[in-house]
Amino acid sequence: MAKYKMHVLVCGGTGCKASQSAQIVENLKAVLTENGLQDEVQVITTGCFGFCEKGPIVKMMPDNTFYTQVKPEDARTIVEEHIIKGRKVTNLLYTDPENNEHVSDSKHMGFYKKQIRIALRNCGFIDPENIDESISRGGYEALGKCLSEMKPEDVIQEIKLSGLRGRGGGGFPTGLKWEIASKNHADQKYVVCNADEGDPGAFMDRSIMEGDPHSIIEAMAICGYAIGATKGLVYIRAEYPLAIDRLQIAIKQAREYGLLGQDIMGSGFDFDIELRYGAGAFVCGEETALIHSMEGKRGEPTFKPPFPAVSGYLGKPTNVNNVETFANIPVIITKGADWFNKIGTEKSKGTKVFALAGQINNVGLIEVPMGITLREVIYEIGGGIKDGKEFKAVQTGGPSGGCLTKKHLDTPIDYDNLIAAGSMMGSGGMVVMDETSCMVSIAKFYLEFTCEESCGKCTPCRIGNKRLCEMLTKISKGNGTMEDLYELRNLAAVIKDTALCGLGQTSPNPVLSTLDNFWDEYVEHVVDKKCRAGVCKSLMSYEIDQTKCVGCTACARNCPVGAIKGEKKMPHTIDPAVCIKCGACIERCKFGAISIK
Amino acid sequence: MATIKLSESKIKTIKDICKSFDNKSGEVINVLHQVQGAFGYLPAEVQEVVAMELNMPVAQVYGIVSFYSFFTMQPKGEHPISICLGTACYVRGAEKVLDEFKRQLNINVGETTKDGKFSLNCLRCVGACGLAPVVMVGDKVYGRLTPDNVKDIIAEYNS
Repeated sequence: MAKYKMHVLVCGGTGCKASQSAQIVENLKAVLTENGLQDEVQVITTGCFGFCEKGPIVKMMPDNTFYTQVKPEDARTIVEEHIIKGRKVTNLLYTDPENNEHVSDSKHMGFYKKQIRIALRNCGFIDPENIDESISRGGYEALGKCLSEMKPEDVIQEIKLSGLRGRGGGGFPTGLKWEIASKNHADQKYVVCNADEGDPGAFMDRSIMEGDPHSIIEAMAICGYAIGATKGLVYIRAEYPLAIDRLQIAIKQAREYGLLGQDIMGSGFDFDIELRYGAGAFVCGEETALIHSMEGKRGEPTFKPPFPAVSGYLGKPTNVNNVETFANIPVIITKGADWFNKIGTEKSKGTKVFALAGQINNVGLIEVPMGITLREVIYEIGGGIKDGKEFKAVQTGGPSGGCLTKKHLDTPIDYDNLIAAGSMMGSGGMVVMDETSCMVSIAKFYLEFTCEESCGKCTPCRIGNKRLCEMLTKISKGNGTMEDLYELRNLAAVIKDTALCGLGQTSPNPVLSTLDNFWDEYVEHVVDKKCRAGVCKSLMSYEIDQTKCVGCTACARNCPVGAIKGEKKMPHTIDPAVCIKCGACIERCKFGAISIK
Repeated sequence: MATIKLSESKIKTIKDICKSFDNKSGEVINVLHQVQGAFGYLPAEVQEVVAMELNMPVAQVYGIVSFYSFFTMQPKGEHPISICLGTACYVRGAEKVLDEFKRQLNINVGETTKDGKFSLNCLRCVGACGLAPVVMVGDKVYGRLTPDNVKDIIAEYNS
């Protein structure tokens, strides 16, 4: 990176790419060339910066100026003002919502202040398609250290000491997993990276693979060395074309540099990585299902034991870790377990990446130390609830997790506390909801997902979840009884106890946690036939306040089914028999005359 | 086995793909990915050829095609529309956008319009939650949508 005087980093993550970040890069390059600066200033497309809400993001180095919501036509201003004249483009700077002041360095933004970036250390700093940039930031140093200074058992010991636990959801201690795999002797063992991120609303693994693919390759090689495996497989979703591309490029470059293949760094250790594609099945995140899918079968889980560490891919000992878990490994090796285990809480060490989404001001990817509270995440990093509405719940752990509410705002987030609160860490989706979310509908939403994704092998999951979903539908249509609510809880408990795999055992969690935390809301649906959030269509009717309506006809013109009638300049009425409750009228009415009853 | 009605050139494409994976039955998922990439979908006849080439029962191939949501036996429209129903998009009103697409195109999820122009599907999270709710038409991502935008998006592809 030395020969250039300045670098312009442009986010090439999925969100920013969708907002034309590729065009920004083109334009920047064109304007630079126009000014004869193409050899002085380098434009680099990086992985995700995390602050997706304010994308596309452009960062100027070395002065760390952080431009937000950049449009392709801003490229000229950035070059002419910032690069040539040395003046910051103030209207592209982030504005602190607290005091309306411009902030130019990301370090001073509320969104970044409380973050500690370990797994995401290189995302947004390097060109993921260039191995030299990864190496310049310490890439492959840990692998070198392992191969030259450490015995396999030392590596395992270091990981054990670090206290790292699996980041895919379960939270199993990683060092222990490696140790078990290392003790099983076989002619061939496998290292598998689980990159089948199927949790709706979560995109951590994708961002790591897109932003820093070399850290995964390095960590898999370290794991191979530690457990005595020479083959690595990445099981990746076919829906992630960009991540697949970048991993393929990274693997090719690593081979060219002798960091994969035969006799790595002259140590006599062989290791190579292949990709295997998923085809859209949530259950394949479960390790035994994932292994079957890699073998070219239906991704159905099998009973454990035997664990994959004993009999996994093609019947050989296999160690499966998630992308984020792997991304932590090189740092633990270079900085040491003692450095790592000082971060976090007693039983959950290090950091966790969350995909913060939903009704929150700062949507994005964050990495925070374990033990941070929900309040800090939502109000300090997330910038509070959108449109000043009231916080209602936050859903963690995706379809296997549950909802946390106001009373959990000050609970430190770690594996054990989340489970005690009826949710789980999961892979790291964190969806924030405000008063406009109906908790019965949210539970139903997740159950519909589980029903679709259940592999059908065991009865509790295949049929039990279907029944749960039917009961929730009945309640949301206003036909539920109190008995249904008790039955809901009963059946959920049975599924939890009897399902075969992790998917089934956790699938009732969204129902149980909403029942626990929002019992009143369920009762309202059943007894009062009301949905306070105004989501369950069967429980509401639209009405026009005859005193407020001025007869502007805006609602009638926009009603897709012609349910609204009335003379011009005369109050209108809605025919409830025709109305499909789409809400188009309420959005159009400038006089606040339409309300949901 | 039923007579296969595919053209010679199509059969050759499938055979070549199978061959590139050494006709190993363990590679069936990768084979199906490439075959779907070539034809857009996996009708029964195609599955029969794949099964024959990889020396495995057709039922097993069908079992895989029907298990994974990425594989489809229905041809997609010229402009496949995918609505993200991930949680982030859901809480920001993706369902309303979906309803509007259904209404305007007069088709249900999983169907294709009569003129073959549009097909409608749901997907779970494209990872652009910052832009929620998100819709993809082909490879293009549309973000921060409201039901109002639907008309314009369809018009863009109808001209």
